[in-house]
Amino acid sequence: MQRIGVFVCHCGTNISATVDVHKVAEILGRESSVVYSTDYQYMCSEAGQNIIQNAIRDRHLTGAVICSCSPRMHETTFRKTAARAGLNSFMVEIANIREQCSWIHKDKEDATQKAIAIGRAAIAKVLLNTPLVPGESPVTKRALVIGGGIAGIQAALDIAEAGFEVDIVESKPTIGGKMTQIDKTFPTLDCAACILTPKMVDCAQNEKIHIYSYSEVVKVKGFVGDFEVTIKKKARYVDENKCTGCGACIEKCPMKKVPDEFNLGLSNRHAIYIPFAQAIPKVATIDAMQCRMLTSGKCGICSKVCTAGAIDYKQKDQFIEQGYGAIVVATGFNPISLDKFDEFAYSQSKDVVSSLEFERLTNAAGPTNGVLLRPSDGKHPHTIVFVQCVGSRDTTCRGKEYCSKICCMYTAKHALLTREKYPDTEVYVFYIDVRTPGKGFDEFYRRAVEQYGVHYIKGMVGKVVPRSDGKLEVQASDLIMGEQLHIDADLVVLAAAMESDKSARPLATMLTASMDTNDFFTEAHPKLRPVESPTAGIFLAGACQGPKDIPETVAQAGAAASKVIGLLVKNTLKGNPCVAQSDELMCNGCSSCEKVCPYGAITYVDKEFKMPNRTIAIRRVAQVNPAVCQGCGACTVACPSGAMDLKGFSNKEILAEVDAICR
Amino acid sequence: MSMNGANEFRPNIVAFCCNWCSYAGADLAGTNRLEYPAEVKIVRVPCSCRVNPLFVLRAFQRGADGVIICGCHPGDCHYTSGNYFARRRMTLLFSMLDYLGVEKARTRVEWVSAAEGAKFASVMKDFVQTVAKLGENRRLEDIRCKRQ
Repeated sequence: MQRIGVFVCHCGTNISATVDVHKVAEILGRESSVVYSTDYQYMCSEAGQNIIQNAIRDRHLTGAVICSCSPRMHETTFRKTAARAGLNSFMVEIANIREQCSWIHKDKEDATQKAIAIGRAAIAKVLLNTPLVPGESPVTKRALVIGGGIAGIQAALDIAEAGFEVDIVESKPTIGGKMTQIDKTFPTLDCAACILTPKMVDCAQNEKIHIYSYSEVVKVKGFVGDFEVTIKKKARYVDENKCTGCGACIEKCPMKKVPDEFNLGLSNRHAIYIPFAQAIPKVATIDAMQCRMLTSGKCGICSKVCTAGAIDYKQKDQFIEQGYGAIVVATGFNPISLDKFDEFAYSQSKDVVSSLEFERLTNAAGPTNGVLLRPSDGKHPHTIVFVQCVGSRDTTCRGKEYCSKICCMYTAKHALLTREKYPDTEVYVFYIDVRTPGKGFDEFYRRAVEQYGVHYIKGMVGKVVPRSDGKLEVQASDLIMGEQLHIDADLVVLAAAMESDKSARPLATMLTASMDTNDFFTEAHPKLRPVESPTAGIFLAGACQGPKDIPETVAQAGAAASKVIGLLVKNTLKGNPCVAQSDELMCNGCSSCEKVCPYGAITYVDKEFKMPNRTIAIRRVAQVNPAVCQGCGACTVACPSGAMDLKGFSNKEILAEVDAICR
Repeated sequence: MSMNGANEFRPNIVAFCCNWCSYAGADLAGTNRLEYPAEVKIVRVPCSCRVNPLFVLRAFQRGADGVIICGCHPGDCHYTSGNYFARRRMTLLFSMLDYLGVEKARTRVEWVSAAEGAKFASVMKDFVQTVAKLGENRRLEDIRCKRQ
């Protein structure tokens, strides 16, 4: 005889405002097998959990139904509660009457009726539940960090600090990411390189950290604690172990006119190159598309001048397979392409630049050695117009709906630094809103306006027209004064929206990690689990999860690292006991289940069966490896004889829920 | 199935939602307080491929007026390929049901990601409206199963 307890939560007024919780408890209490039913203000609180534990002990409950928030929120909490009172965790069912009932319905009668129906379904299911015990699987004590920007670097350093091996996979020839291209950082104006490059060196020197630069993740198998990852190390045609980074090859390379990605095409590099002086690893890379030797077979100069003998034109892509216990995703961001914003004449004039290009133009290591000059004629600009929200907060299909968060601050930084260095230059900033929430941010913005005399104008720029005299005619509106403005500018800077890196989407598919509609990785819970992906063992750091500035990125990377460390210190992980199970007596060995299993968890064995006439028959039957099975249930539907079932979501359980809903 | 005072038909809808995308999408609709009809009741399954065609038949047998299966977008399945199985199985099942006289509009497969709370709400609104127009499902309902 089953003895079920029903616990209805008010969740303050979150549930009780639209659901008559007393009525729900009363009606569910009348269901057969229900021996105890109550409601309480906060079931998840200590007092609430005590109610559950006491009822389990005093009433000898065999199952519990908690009518509360989503199981994604507190299922684990209540399972632990039950376990403490001696009830198997899997004899607890959650009826989601908050997210899927009280929060979406206004009519109290409707919501109450629905809550009762949901509660009945949960009772019907718990009556068929069986106690389950999770299996254990070992943990590979090594972490993978995908992306070698400031987020990846910080995460790797923190994980290595705790004594675990870490591999960083970076697609570019050097680690460092976007921060290497930045001149100064707001609001303190420290030099980005001065705070970043020591961390890059730390990574290179740390014996626990291994950097796979110019590499990509191409395949991910496995699950938390035991991921098998294939890394493609792209051929750089230079032996990393031999190259000393002396640069002799670069000096002699005849292909000098290759647009330099590091300077965003504002200068040129050679076909063999080191992205910048502080690159880690400081190893030359040959651009296979540009190299004469690789494209036509006629050159070979770099190989002749290399005293270390590091050049290897025959190098091939290498594939490395490695096991990991946890993965940190830190793929970062890119500014959006400005092709669709032609009213700003980005494609027509060299003097219309993006903010990142402006960053290079003011960087001491940039193409102009830090002297701000117009890209078209190399003259000093006297009037600069900054346009904010180019593609951000844009509900048309060409831009992004979200706020890119950092543009207000970096534009204020650009404006302030320009005025500080060149007081003769007039600086205008066009904005929709100035958003400066952050420590010292608003003070910084006010300093730009009050102390440095930057002209902030609320309004959007409608059009930029390049004129024959080299000036850029900026047509804009001032929304506060209600007037049309015409400014003759020498330089126009566009604060392009930031978007998730292009590599993120295919990576998410490999990791089976979910993404939002803007291709940013989603977190397991927006508030309580902000650095974890819903997929166990995958952690998020930096702008791959949403627009962020450097301090937030570093903080998130540290948090992700601590989660990874918390996972890697364990020797074994408790697995998910809700796995498939085959009834050997019913299985006819047809292989249907094996074909649909995405994990290869199903194998076949020949087993002896005692037959009715005392003979022994040998039959081929399916067996599920519970350590490999992830519990999707594809096999249960494929099985023609109904032998395969999923623990925790069995056919009978789901049918009972359906019956209860249709009652 | 139920009738309210205005004699407006209110269908009973069973929604099978995969744990990783659509169930989370439904939660997000709740978090964002996006209203959709209370006729929709959700059954949580680990993956859309866990939905046995028999579950759908059972729902109709027990008097459901519409059944909707929601899973991750193609390519985004938490279990890599489960939603493809669901899509194939349901395509076959729905055309068979259509042959048996259960209108195609009573059955639906939708892809709703964990980030698409708004889509979840709008899909459910639309589905309830569509089924409400078709009226009660009597074709497969087994009155012997009805508790009086």
